[in-house]
Amino acid sequence: MDTASKFKFVSKRRRVKEDRRFVTGRGRFAADYKMSGMLHVAMISSPYACAEIKSIKSEAALAVPGVHYVLTGEELAGHINPLLSGLDLPSVKRLPLANGRARYAGEWVAAVVADTRHIAEDAAELVEIDYEMLDFVIDPEEALKSDAPIVHPEKGDNVFFDKKWTWGDVEGDFSRAPRSLKLRARWSRNSTVPIETFAVTANWDDGRSMLDVWASIQMPKYPEQIARALGIPVSSVNVHFDVDVGGSYGLKRGIRQTVIVSYLTRKLRRPVRFIEDRLENMAGGEMHGPDRIFDMEVAYDDEGIMHSLKIKATDDCGCYPGRAPLQLGKPVSAIVGPYRIKSAEYHARSVSTNKTSQEAVRGFGQAPTNFAIETVVDRIAKELGISRAEIRRRNLIKSDEFPWRIPSGSEYDSGDYHTVLAKVMEAANWDALVSKRDKLRERGQLAGLGLSTCLEPSGGNSSFEPLFNPKNDTTTWMESCLIKVDMLGGITAMMGTSTSGQGHETLLAVTIAEVLERDPETIRAIHSSSVTALPSNSPVGSRMAIMLGGAAAGAAKKIRAQLIAIAAHNFQLPADRLTYNGGDVHVENDPDRCLSWHQLVDIAHRRYHDMPIGSEPGLQAQHTWEVPTGGAMPGADGTVQMYPCYAFEAHIPLISIDPGTGLVKILDYFIGHDCGTVINPDIVRGMTFGGIAHGIGAALYEKFQYDDSGQLQAGTFMDYLLPSTHEIPAIEMIKHYTPSPLTEFGQKGSGESGYLGAPAAISSAVNDALAPLGKTIETLPMRARDIEALLNG
Amino acid sequence: MSSHTIKITVNGRPYQGQAEARVTLVDFLRDALDLTGTHVGCEHGVCGACSVLMDDKPIRSCLIYAVMADGHEITTVEGLEKEDGTLSPLQDAFWENHAMQCGYCTPGMLIASHHLLRTNPSPSEAEIREAIGGNLCRCTGYQQIIEAVQMAAKNIGDGA
Repeated sequence: MDTASKFKFVSKRRRVKEDRRFVTGRGRFAADYKMSGMLHVAMISSPYACAEIKSIKSEAALAVPGVHYVLTGEELAGHINPLLSGLDLPSVKRLPLANGRARYAGEWVAAVVADTRHIAEDAAELVEIDYEMLDFVIDPEEALKSDAPIVHPEKGDNVFFDKKWTWGDVEGDFSRAPRSLKLRARWSRNSTVPIETFAVTANWDDGRSMLDVWASIQMPKYPEQIARALGIPVSSVNVHFDVDVGGSYGLKRGIRQTVIVSYLTRKLRRPVRFIEDRLENMAGGEMHGPDRIFDMEVAYDDEGIMHSLKIKATDDCGCYPGRAPLQLGKPVSAIVGPYRIKSAEYHARSVSTNKTSQEAVRGFGQAPTNFAIETVVDRIAKELGISRAEIRRRNLIKSDEFPWRIPSGSEYDSGDYHTVLAKVMEAANWDALVSKRDKLRERGQLAGLGLSTCLEPSGGNSSFEPLFNPKNDTTTWMESCLIKVDMLGGITAMMGTSTSGQGHETLLAVTIAEVLERDPETIRAIHSSSVTALPSNSPVGSRMAIMLGGAAAGAAKKIRAQLIAIAAHNFQLPADRLTYNGGDVHVENDPDRCLSWHQLVDIAHRRYHDMPIGSEPGLQAQHTWEVPTGGAMPGADGTVQMYPCYAFEAHIPLISIDPGTGLVKILDYFIGHDCGTVINPDIVRGMTFGGIAHGIGAALYEKFQYDDSGQLQAGTFMDYLLPSTHEIPAIEMIKHYTPSPLTEFGQKGSGESGYLGAPAAISSAVNDALAPLGKTIETLPMRARDIEALLNG
Repeated sequence: MSSHTIKITVNGRPYQGQAEARVTLVDFLRDALDLTGTHVGCEHGVCGACSVLMDDKPIRSCLIYAVMADGHEITTVEGLEKEDGTLSPLQDAFWENHAMQCGYCTPGMLIASHHLLRTNPSPSEAEIREAIGGNLCRCTGYQQIIEAVQMAAKNIGDGA
């Protein structure tokens, strides 16, 4: 079903508003903001995986002309509050600079401030730091052993979080099922690695008592976290959300960086800027992603029906528990994937090691979980000799079964998984792909066809916070929009967050245009600064089409109601006798008795004598709304409605493997995709293609490898490999539209699409290619050297 | 460190500025000349975000020093618009195809594609992939960029 015909602007192709400034080189990114007198920061990093900082001597550095300050972790710790943790771990302090002990190679221990970045780097080499090396632990399973070095001795062990939930009769289902299997799947440490590193400039204006911040940020409650760390009111922090963010995909949460420059600008009374260089970003930016070992067990029967699933996820959090451990929480929202599995057990463990910390990565833990679940599904197919597509058809939830409640308590809103799978298999011509694969095999090549089917939970909610920390009773996860219609009839819409490529200005223009029936080109959308912004939780959890789109539509409806009320007063008729048409309001069945948009706006702004008695002058409205289905605490058994909307995707790649080198080449790629009503087709296409490319990177190339001495071996783009046009194939996308009943236009999220299923699909294809050799690989990334070792080792 | 006078032509306009010998061309363009359209991504020549043309050849402006560009002609993204401020067919095709998301790699992609179309007006898909193969984009998966370059080639061929 194509929903586009229902709408005037929604779902229609339209140029993306934001793009014009980018094609002319007029984007304004954080590094583009300059202030007179601005100082620059370079970080000094610990060279050791774990070390006590015995002393820091800054005299020689401070003697360099142009050097203004050397900030140590000890000084900073004495003047700020520790940063927010997602868990209840009072003994583990997260600070912007290491204080007393450096806990990973690359951790920032001091910041040098100078007139230029060059001078700051020169001076950094002159700071004398006396370290005493300490024992460290790199492997998460080693970290769990009783004799392991402890990353945070105050904590007593390396376990940040350890909890097992059982939903439904797991043991009964396992004992009754005729078959079960176990496997281990490994998702290695990678990240979104945006091309722009994190950058932030802060300026403290003592006369106004205001800290202005320009940052490449994507984080909920950023101003509040800055204010808490510095101990100043939130009203003294003004984050400029109109800064363009050069890619983030969940990641850019540079609170440490921000607190450092904010402290320095208050101390030095000069604007202070820090732009991470690539190595600072990769090694010390604390922006790695999930690093997870999955021990999977499934109970199934001779027909391939899955009855129960056990997942034990051991996640290497790295050093500090910011929000990252909660990435074990979001998968609770889709813990059995798109399948009719009756019961589930989930054992989630977050472990600390001497590595840089994790941060939120696209999908917030869902992509690794989907990979593990899909690996299980493929293994069942192999055990039973049933095709991978057929196994999925036997287990996928059917379209007439929605809303569908999964064992962990979340209700899936809608879907048509069987149709999407059928459509993509037909478009891909599955049988022809099988023939193509087999022809390649006949010619002596290794070739494989992959399949994955998975969900994108969307509409980002906070339910994992109370689930993982009983002291945190956050259930509110709102989004807001303020619309004002000016005296000359122009429409301006305001959001309270920054954008990192999602096209929120276009989203606001289109959704407001749809409700008010005005031309989207005439609607301006802006990013309020934080002091004037309405509450927002930023574009996380694939939520803005749903939440910001919903807030905008809600505010627009209020504007529309005000216009109708003004017309009703002037015609002396009840509102239900009037017709709203393109911004004009006329009497029902009498288009000549009409007040135009401009007349109505003029009345609202200038002619109070024509306004309904007691009404508010002007024409403006705001709408703040809570996540649909949100607002509830988890049950005592850990059941929870996590996210409201569930998008679905089915991937089919065909690959070949060079038997000599192990190098994978992707020959064809198809995706069936259903995110409900699409707001802008080009944006959804782009996000999905980009997500697939990101997923291909995670599957085949990208890994933050540490060596045995705890040194990061992938700190540049020479050794952390991002896919280019040579690795990413042309992708064919097959759309399906199952509207969500919970949202304004039926939209679901798509910001994480592609990424959630591509790694599983590539893994499926690689294993299909290896099957004739009787070999399997269930560790990502499947780098050429890994496959070569498997083939020839 | 000693400072040097650098005279270069950027987007057809002569510029003069001072820079230490260790200042890279991209930092000089951004900091001394305030041409912030060219972006810094990796600072080691892999990502291509800093791509500019020097004497009509694409280069990584993070990999050469500003002093090495003394006396040369540079083209940056700011120089792609027509003189009347309208978009070039390539820029217009990038917009039409939403060949970007965050916009950070876009200037480098435009420079690489601009050079391609000047040297090969009707490139195949493989030739486009090769031409932008040294420019990393983390948002798009490249598909809409390739579509944009194809559209631009066609539109230029049609006389746009």
